[in-house]
Amino acid sequence: MTQTPVSDYEDDKTRRPSSPSSRGGGTTAMRVIVPLQGVVQGRGGLILGSIIPCALFYFLQLYLKRNRSKSPSPPSSSSAENLPEVSVLHRSASRSFLSPRSSTGPAYVSSRANLIVKSGDSPYYVGLKKVNEDPYDKFANSDGVIQLGLAENNLTLDLVRDWLSENARDSIVGGDLSISGFATYQPFDGLMELKVAVAGFMSQVMNNSVSFNPSQMVLTAGATPAIETLSFCLADPGNAFLVPSPYYPGFDRDVKWRAGVELIPVPCRSADNFGLSITALDRAFTQAKKRGLKVRGMIISNPSNPVGNLLSKDMLYSLVDFAREKNIHIISDEIFAGSTHGNEEFVSMAEIIDTEDFDRNRVHIVYGLSKDLSLPGFRVGVIYSFNENVVDAARKLARFSSISAPTQRLLIPMLSDTRFIERFIRTNRERLRKMYTEFVTGLEQLGIKCAKSSGGFYCWADMSGLIRSYSEKGELELWDKLLNIAKINVTPGSACHCIEPGWFRCCFTTLTENDIPVVMERIRKISETCKSHS
Amino acid sequence: MAVGIEKPSVGLSRVAISETHGENGIEKPSVGLSRVAISETHGENSPYFAGWKAYDENPYDEIMNPSGVIQMGLAENQVSFDLIEEYLRQLPETSFGGDHVSNFRENALFQDYHGLPSFRKALATFMEQIREGKAKFDPARVVLTAGATAANELLTFILADPGDALLIPTPYYPGFDRDLRWRTGVEIVPIHCNSSNNFQVTRQALEEAYNSAKAMNVRVRGVLITNPSNPLGATVQRQVLEDILDFVTKKNIHLVSDEIYSGSTFSSSDFVSVAEILEARDYKEAERVHIVYSLSKDLGLPGFRVGTIYSYNDKVVTTARRMSSFSLVSSQTQQLLATMLSDKKFTENYVRTNRERLRKRYDMIIEGLKKAGIQCLKGKAGLFCWMNLGPFMDKPTKESELALWSLIVHEAKLNISPGCSCHCSEPGWFRVCFANMSEQTLEVALKRIHDFVNKQR
Repeated sequence: MTQTPVSDYEDDKTRRPSSPSSRGGGTTAMRVIVPLQGVVQGRGGLILGSIIPCALFYFLQLYLKRNRSKSPSPPSSSSAENLPEVSVLHRSASRSFLSPRSSTGPAYVSSRANLIVKSGDSPYYVGLKKVNEDPYDKFANSDGVIQLGLAENNLTLDLVRDWLSENARDSIVGGDLSISGFATYQPFDGLMELKVAVAGFMSQVMNNSVSFNPSQMVLTAGATPAIETLSFCLADPGNAFLVPSPYYPGFDRDVKWRAGVELIPVPCRSADNFGLSITALDRAFTQAKKRGLKVRGMIISNPSNPVGNLLSKDMLYSLVDFAREKNIHIISDEIFAGSTHGNEEFVSMAEIIDTEDFDRNRVHIVYGLSKDLSLPGFRVGVIYSFNENVVDAARKLARFSSISAPTQRLLIPMLSDTRFIERFIRTNRERLRKMYTEFVTGLEQLGIKCAKSSGGFYCWADMSGLIRSYSEKGELELWDKLLNIAKINVTPGSACHCIEPGWFRCCFTTLTENDIPVVMERIRKISETCKSHS
Repeated sequence: MAVGIEKPSVGLSRVAISETHGENGIEKPSVGLSRVAISETHGENSPYFAGWKAYDENPYDEIMNPSGVIQMGLAENQVSFDLIEEYLRQLPETSFGGDHVSNFRENALFQDYHGLPSFRKALATFMEQIREGKAKFDPARVVLTAGATAANELLTFILADPGDALLIPTPYYPGFDRDLRWRTGVEIVPIHCNSSNNFQVTRQALEEAYNSAKAMNVRVRGVLITNPSNPLGATVQRQVLEDILDFVTKKNIHLVSDEIYSGSTFSSSDFVSVAEILEARDYKEAERVHIVYSLSKDLGLPGFRVGTIYSYNDKVVTTARRMSSFSLVSSQTQQLLATMLSDKKFTENYVRTNRERLRKRYDMIIEGLKKAGIQCLKGKAGLFCWMNLGPFMDKPTKESELALWSLIVHEAKLNISPGCSCHCSEPGWFRVCFANMSEQTLEVALKRIHDFVNKQR
């Protein structure tokens, strides 16, 4: 049932009803009068007859709008309730359209600022807040909320801590603490020694199947600014990226908020184990085009978040083919590359580009140390691009999100300690596998199945059997019960833009083995109350 | 493609950068980049940075390259680094990455955009200390960002929409053209100041700037001042601060006060922070005021990337916190600095000593310039002085200034910053940094200026 993909070069104009301007010569007045006459007399020209008054109306609105914005508008109060729900800021849209109006109140705050006030209510943040207020502790607060909503890995922290306690101080103040190491401005995109160390680390993490060139790297204060910077570089405000759903909720903030790039979800289904299909991508691309949205790229996560899927080599090739056909970019977020626990092997985009003569200019990889090395606090992210111009632009933009110098100095020896890294990766994978297996088994015993996943810190659980109405509303009701009655914080699928209700992301890496039975017991209690109601 | 410093930047077109000319092989539609990516607003092709290139290609070194270009265009503070180094070396292991279990866990995993409470508190206390307790700072209003560059950009995103404008007194830090405009799409409208009153902002200049924005159909969202000023090295007078506050209140716009050099005043009594004025006014209308600070200048730690937005507006604080996700300070750095900044003995000694040393440098350079017959603006703070080479120019024009500057870079081999790069409306002024080198190097630089000036006569 595949539609023939619409070629980039087809003239859109041929599909729209002809406008007066497409006919050459003649007076506009006659053109207005004749079709209107036609409308009145019920003859042809109906289309034109309806377009013209609409056009006139539109221009009238435009004129009024423009005149409205000429007069000094009274500064507005910052009440977010007056704002229409805007998911994208089009720079071309009249600002007066978006700004709330009131004649009193404190100085104006931008519409960008107002956007985020609303997002604070998303389940993702509400859940995090609840945990912070009432965190579970086996001894001190056994009734507290158990955190299953944060993709953080505590399982192998002991190894990192031990390394740091032996080496941290020396790596920063040991040796020549020369002025050039500390007191001076550093290159904003990171020290070359760190880039070299990160390149080596990335190779190791990806099983040495590919090597990375430090000069194609831009280091940023975390993967969050890496995604945002790429959004700024690859698309203009109002453009769009395709993103397979369900997806990491943070993308909404990273891509849309300041860069103003729209995200178009490409729905994946449980029937395919939430795998990505080119058909679905293509359909989404076409639909976007119909809506007048210019798709500039796609963001894929591999291993994916929240499902934990790995993309096969074939799929990677297909994605590059698709990108070439549509002339768009690919952002490959590989931040969980080292955190695989299944039997499948991770394949990086870099590996595909390495071996074939593709258009490398469209491929950009995002990485970071927050997941694979459990150091989210240190803020280390990577933009790795095969496109010189993108590296250049990203490098200049790195000034807004640079990594702190002492942290860089600390990480250089750590990442270069290949023996330590090898041991860490191996141990981490083992512990991840163990926890994943136990957790998923526990859920299975409760009749809750998980999607098959090979990586990440979470499992993607199907709790649709426990929800009353098969809808987002039903899902959120269950989420609420889980949070406030069972007191476990999980991430509902709707927060990840999943089209099938009832799926939840449960992170298990902040738990110890002993916590699992506690979690399962709490879920069991809830599932009983849910079942007794149905 | 040459880009003038004062013209609104004009980016290369997609046609210009695309590969469609086919000279690199099979003609394929090349995948385009955004306007932000190809824009020239980063300014790195402007003459301001051309001087840097000259330095990069031929950097001065006392021993290895004594005839190289001396970098006097970089506002870095190296005069008191020995104090920092000494302090860091005597710190225990735990301060560097945590070795105690719970400490470490908190640290490595800590990515909360609220920031480490102990660090926020230490920073607020340090800011109070710099102002000699004349203003209080509430740690709950401290928002952390990776440097003041990020802080200024962030505030601009929050306070203004694309196409809006901020009013900024000239001359101003050249980096603002990039930091405040590039990704934000916000414009800068200059508030013209001149030497007749030592470049202080006047009520008239404020009104003129506001009206000129209005005439261009551009909505003004705020005024941004740097106090102490870069490049002037002067502090804003109390009365002027009052006038500016009254002005922004009347127009119902914001005031951003970039006080990044507040700890680098030569004498503590010279600086009045907008925070003091607000306190005196009982915090009436404080919601429109936001202060930017950083440790890059006062503590000489630019590599650490520590900046802060201190806002009296709750909504701005909340929003800035969330937006700071794009620019968080490393938790390890926060931990390290929390220890350092909480050490009252250390900070008091550092601030005092740093002031003395900066003052000494300033006196040295003023004296040296005076001997060469060069006048400077009376400075009270900062890592630079604002010198007047007008008398040495044949014509009081920007072209003359740039020609003179070019001579100084290529003949005297000194990279200094021409006033036009700072949007100064009066040609002939130059910013000269003195804190990013040793005293010996400064002597060498002064001698070169002396010789150069003599040659010009």
